[in-house]
Amino acid sequence: MTIDAAHGAPPGTGAQPPPELVQLLTPEGERIEHPEYDVDLTADEIKSLYRDLVIVRRLDTEALALTRQGELGVWASLLGQEAAQIGSGRALGPGDMAFPSYREHGVAWCRDVDPVKVLGLFRGVNHAGWDPREHNFHLYTIVIGSQTLHATGYAMGIQRDGTEDAAIVYFGDGATSEGDVNEAFVWSAAQNAPIVFFCQNNQWAISEPLERQSRIPLYRRAEGFGFPGIRVDGNDVFAVLAVTKRALDNARSGQGPTLIEAFTYRMGAHTTTDDPTRYRLQAELEAWKLKDPIERVKAYLVKSQMADKEFFAAIDEEAKSIGSDLRKRCLELPDPEATAIWENVYATEHAPLAGERDRFTSYLGSFEEVTR
Amino acid sequence: MSTETLSLSRAMNEGLRKAMENDPKVVVMGEDVGKLGGVFRVTDGLQKDFGEARVIDTPLAESGIVGTAIGLALRGYRPVCEIQFDGFVFPAFNQITSQLAKMRMRSLGTLELPVVIRIPFGGGIGAVEHHSESPEAYFTHTGGLRVVACSNPSDAYTMIQQAITCPDPVIFFEPKRRYWDKAPVELDLSAAAPFDRAVVAREGSDVTLLAYGPMVKTCLEAAQADDNRSIEVVDIRSLNPLDESTVLESVRRTGRCVVVHEAPVFGGYGAELAARITEKCFYNLESPVLRVGAASTPYPPSRLEDHYLPDLDRVLDAVDRTFEW
Repeated sequence: MTIDAAHGAPPGTGAQPPPELVQLLTPEGERIEHPEYDVDLTADEIKSLYRDLVIVRRLDTEALALTRQGELGVWASLLGQEAAQIGSGRALGPGDMAFPSYREHGVAWCRDVDPVKVLGLFRGVNHAGWDPREHNFHLYTIVIGSQTLHATGYAMGIQRDGTEDAAIVYFGDGATSEGDVNEAFVWSAAQNAPIVFFCQNNQWAISEPLERQSRIPLYRRAEGFGFPGIRVDGNDVFAVLAVTKRALDNARSGQGPTLIEAFTYRMGAHTTTDDPTRYRLQAELEAWKLKDPIERVKAYLVKSQMADKEFFAAIDEEAKSIGSDLRKRCLELPDPEATAIWENVYATEHAPLAGERDRFTSYLGSFEEVTR
Repeated sequence: MSTETLSLSRAMNEGLRKAMENDPKVVVMGEDVGKLGGVFRVTDGLQKDFGEARVIDTPLAESGIVGTAIGLALRGYRPVCEIQFDGFVFPAFNQITSQLAKMRMRSLGTLELPVVIRIPFGGGIGAVEHHSESPEAYFTHTGGLRVVACSNPSDAYTMIQQAITCPDPVIFFEPKRRYWDKAPVELDLSAAAPFDRAVVAREGSDVTLLAYGPMVKTCLEAAQADDNRSIEVVDIRSLNPLDESTVLESVRRTGRCVVVHEAPVFGGYGAELAARITEKCFYNLESPVLRVGAASTPYPPSRLEDHYLPDLDRVLDAVDRTFEW
């Protein structure tokens, strides 16, 4: 196994994808068969997936613009990873619990989290504005890989409750080097926990390419821990949906964890503070643009005559309006009161903190008296 | 009211048992806590009585113990984790300080993580390295955590139950050199002090000794041994939040104070106590607050630990010094 093989053949470069990559829709928009996986989608369902893909890309574009204008402190763009997120997000049942990293804005959309609440974190008005229990979508987790253990524990809770739910946890290629991710693999295997490990291999951990992290394809790591691993074309929303559904069903029926490696590409920078021109070639980006997750669905819809020009125009219009609404509401997000610093730290009484807060309040008050 | 004489380890065991009986959501997890009953036998017999789903022998992965406990708590469980020894808690440090401590605040109060992390701590048992440490200041410095230490069997029994019913995450330090000390344990919780209160363990009028965990007994012995002075001993019990009023009330009365802990003095918990007392009892103090603790070094080989750790003589030496001003 050479180091190059760790990357695998990029999807869509040949007539057929490599057998290890599950693909159901080629970059050119051709539906293809896979011996083990398939999805049976109506025209409306496909159109709905397309709508999600376009809207989350539009929300992402809006957030990038807001960051450039100084309205957000930073933004982690999902550009290029829409299919991985929408495909897996739409595979979830209402009772399933998703544990995101910090780039899963598309999954948040699938879990009905108001996008302005996601922006709240990046604007700095809170650390997470949504109720994770209401959406079955946990808080974003920034310390890489930590959430894989939370998902594992949650899945152990599901086992003890005896319900037919599963947990899914999102992380990136870089996270697979973290101890916590490997501990989560060990634990979930030993516990046979109902969990899906969803790795978006977007090829870059900020500036570090995959060969800095692994000598083998990431999906093959699972075997050593004792559960199946599978690599899916992460830019193919049909294939991601099919593979994730199967893994979730397996988890629910007591077959334990699955590692899914969604083979995709981070089209943008790691975050708005990053400059990818320092470490990667433009040619690589251009090659991946040809495998765009949205264009292939559009091509398929056109070729199969499921959608016409009016449909695409209407989706674009809707996305635009959702985007400008998001912009407006982002700018209206109020800064929290200073005393919010001391709120929600403990559920119970904490006299020393209350003392600090009260002293700070009277300190602030002393300014007001002077201005009067 | 009914009392029973128990070792601290047994009292912990009975407290855990009670908590598990009272709430089916309480689960105990850690390395060797099942069949073996824990290396200090604190969880002895629990797996037999409550089953493997509630008393979980975990992989040897401390970050995993705390990380999965967080997940279980998110699903509505009340995990009680055992970290086998103080020096093994550091692989779980991120999960405790960055995840467990902050999640309530990060979720704007929507998430509750009633996780208890039990840590046998402190030295004096002749152990090899990483088995005798006092890492409490790392955790008292982290907002969002409650940090408590029990010093005797009775508190072990009551405080573990109070910690388990608490909606906040609790780091629960157990003085490992006192595990086999026996004392009468009051089994009725109704009269017990809340677990976030300090208690006056021995009344006195000349000087206040502030201690927690294993050093409470050392301070009580020191107080007993000193025929010349009336020494008050306050058992801090709750390091965060600190029960400031009990501490300040005592020092205001005696006018002298010595803080005693096994942890290294520099940047230790005693510094917080000394600073607060100095600020709030300045005019009551006859002398500066003194600290007695370990050297500000890594824990030495155990043949040196009698020099490294505070003992009765070093406590009384500090008491003498407070009278030199």
